[in-house]
Amino acid sequence: MSDNKKLTFSAGLKDGIPIALGYLSVSFAFGMSAVSKGFPLWSPVVISLSNFTGTGQFVGVDLMAAGAGLLEIAFTLLIINLRYLLMSLSLSQRLEPNMSLLKRLAIAFGNTDEIFAVSMQQKDLLNYKYMFGIILSSYFGWVSGTVAGACASNLLPAMICSALGIAVYSMFIAIIVPPARKYWSVLQIVAIAIGLSCVFYWIPPFNKLSSGWAIIICGVISSAYGAYRFPLKSDNLEEGVQNEN
Amino acid sequence: MKTEMLIIAILVMATVTYLPRVLPLALFKRKIQNPFVRSFLLYMPYGILAAMIFPAVFFSTNSIISAICGAVISLILAWNKRGLLTVAIGGTLAVLIAEWVLMLVK
Repeated sequence: MSDNKKLTFSAGLKDGIPIALGYLSVSFAFGMSAVSKGFPLWSPVVISLSNFTGTGQFVGVDLMAAGAGLLEIAFTLLIINLRYLLMSLSLSQRLEPNMSLLKRLAIAFGNTDEIFAVSMQQKDLLNYKYMFGIILSSYFGWVSGTVAGACASNLLPAMICSALGIAVYSMFIAIIVPPARKYWSVLQIVAIAIGLSCVFYWIPPFNKLSSGWAIIICGVISSAYGAYRFPLKSDNLEEGVQNEN
Repeated sequence: MKTEMLIIAILVMATVTYLPRVLPLALFKRKIQNPFVRSFLLYMPYGILAAMIFPAVFFSTNSIISAICGAVISLILAWNKRGLLTVAIGGTLAVLIAEWVLMLVK
């Protein structure tokens, strides 16, 4: 976590580098799987350029390959992407209030899970320079990984592709574990979310629900519990109940 | 799939990805005063990410055993406050080594 540093464009670029490197592996896998499903070389690249999202792109390509209709694609991806409503609402509270609409529209395009999670850890209000920096380096990683994956489709051994599948989850783990270790509130929220998520994965009839809805419900219930039990007055977690370390 | 259909489908995907990202940022400029709602929004990233990781991480590789190895190594590294990149590389390497060992055992 970075304390009290200046939120400049170059600070943003730098914070985006680990995200970009994590993205390289995931988007590499995306490009490769799209081409191996018979899509033309340019299409995964255009999808990464225009979508800039992980899960949605994988699911979208799967649906297209299975011959799904436009309506089915739109509806499924909308549900998967509904979590962005919550994330963007959350981010809207952390951006400088006088930021112009045009800049907000640009930042919205780059509000991925990882960029959101990393930028929300900054203590100060977020300005557009920092956001553009972190989005730019992450976007570069996402797109170039897709290009490399699409071109290399059959070069990489299956074992390496399999291993790369975990990279994005490792990044998520790196984001949530340190605050969960530090704050009793976050630890409880994380535990509740994981418990609920397992219920939605394994236990019928809950496992009938699509993963997009399940994530939203887990996120809403666990954070509502956290907000009820550990309400915060300021815009950071510092005043929360800290664990002994 | 014909090229025109493919392009339309990609446009549909891009639209349903951008819409939920842009609507709150474009329409919602006010500062929320209610402490419950503000705390809720601050806690949201952790709840959502936790639900996205577990149990999906265990099915993110070819075998559940290698995925468990990768997840455990990632957890240990993250617990020791390593950065995003170190944790990502560590988790990936752990999976790679585990799958290599599994292959030798078979």
